[in-house]
Amino acid sequence: MSTTHILIAGFGGQGVLFAGKFLAYKGLIEGCNVSWLPSYGPEMRGGTANCSVIISSEDVGSPIVDAPDVLIAMNLPSLDKYEGAVVPGGKIFYDSTLISRKVEREDVKIYAIPATRLASESSYRGLGNMILMGKVIKECDAFKAPDTREALSKVVSARHQDLLESNLSALDIGYNL
Amino acid sequence: MTDKVLMKGNEAIAEAAIAAGCRHYFGYPITPQTEIAAYMAKRMPKIGGVFLQAESEIAAINMVYGVAAAGKRAMTSSSSPGISLKSEGISYIAGCDLPALIVNVQRGGPGLGGIQPSQSDYFQATRGGGHGDYHMIVLAPAYVQEMADLTLRGFDLADIYRMPVMILADGTIGQMMEPVKMKEYTPLNISKDWAVTGTKMKRVHNIVNSLCLEPEQLEESNFKRYERYKAVLEKEPMYEEYLTDDADIIIAAFGIAARVSKNAVNEARKMGIRVGLIRPVTLWPFPKKAFEKAADRAKAFISVELSMGQMIEDVELAVHCRRPVYLCNRVGGMIPSPEQVLSKIKEVEENLKK
Repeated sequence: MSTTHILIAGFGGQGVLFAGKFLAYKGLIEGCNVSWLPSYGPEMRGGTANCSVIISSEDVGSPIVDAPDVLIAMNLPSLDKYEGAVVPGGKIFYDSTLISRKVEREDVKIYAIPATRLASESSYRGLGNMILMGKVIKECDAFKAPDTREALSKVVSARHQDLLESNLSALDIGYNL
Repeated sequence: MTDKVLMKGNEAIAEAAIAAGCRHYFGYPITPQTEIAAYMAKRMPKIGGVFLQAESEIAAINMVYGVAAAGKRAMTSSSSPGISLKSEGISYIAGCDLPALIVNVQRGGPGLGGIQPSQSDYFQATRGGGHGDYHMIVLAPAYVQEMADLTLRGFDLADIYRMPVMILADGTIGQMMEPVKMKEYTPLNISKDWAVTGTKMKRVHNIVNSLCLEPEQLEESNFKRYERYKAVLEKEPMYEEYLTDDADIIIAAFGIAARVSKNAVNEARKMGIRVGLIRPVTLWPFPKKAFEKAADRAKAFISVELSMGQMIEDVELAVHCRRPVYLCNRVGGMIPSPEQVLSKIKEVEENLKK
């Protein structure tokens, strides 16, 4: 009897929707009910993108996440916009390379991860999203097992299977932080 | 669980249409349903089907009209403003007693409106939209799985009753992803001996036409059509009931509004409020009997809608105004929150105590 509401937000192009899809598949493979809802429309055309992911042991009702248990903020506007919405006792993961300010909330658990820096240092440029996801998988009770290969292979398209290993490595970096 | 795949609602419709044997898709892009056309563009050429992006919505629906007259399963999809354009063609299809599937992934209106989810085409879908005495069977999915299941069912219903069927979805259900398992589908064994397929000089011509200048004949064809509608009204209403057995308050909601309402019902139950939900799956035929029966026990109804209050009229008609029916809504692309629905439930509960 548990439901985790996850909100991932960032710039278009940072892999926000991809990361959300990965989490949804991870939940599905572990036997949960899941939903994934993207923002669509003018805001994501060159601007901010976000997606709501719900992982639940029950049927998923509304797929909309207004009050996230878990917020993953990949840029400053996203943290500004959603910090206040996180439920007390929730978790905020953020990319501390791109967000220089601190999280003000004191009633949530905070994970500052220099994802963009770690990605470029380890030659996985552009995979900051997956480094963040590695940490999310480790820290969130919604996800049971550390294995990510199956979920990832579902979301990496057939055309891009060559990117599977680099994505897995990026996930490992985040997981082992 | 791994036999399920995550699909967008729009993709589930497209995949199910192909599974149903539809090999003719005609469309015109419009948010938030474009993934249907994109999916068809990718798949149809590989399986010997036709994907055609028409020059307009009007052209697309008339291509559906043509294929349907030839006895093949055809579909088109659009979103609210595009459906208005298609309405003339839908009336012709209904007037010719042809089966066809039309998908409306609704967005906020009127006019060009916005691109965010809405349910404000309820009147248009359930009351016609085009001119003349006709109906469409209107199916309202609330889950991505239902986008697939109701598409399969929709093609069958269209063939059985020889009438257009509409999938009335909204931007949320179209855009979201959920696990889907495609059902085993057995093609319907139904003869289309009325189809215009060429006589090969071996039979008399079949004529598919909605023009009839003899009023006696036209009246007769309307009567005949409504005989079929009577069978639809009797046999085809579909709905889901949730915690209605002991409910004092019943929420009526379909599609995304029903999902939001379910959260609110669960919260209200924790507070000891006896509230349930009836979710119409067919909007036409409206599941009248479910509401009629519920009105014997329940003291009040709440219609939760993404419109200024359209389905509420059918709820009032179904309960014969024996009980008050309240409206809880957001419009223009906004979606009611579970909290908004919950506070409406509490307000109605207070009213009942007075």
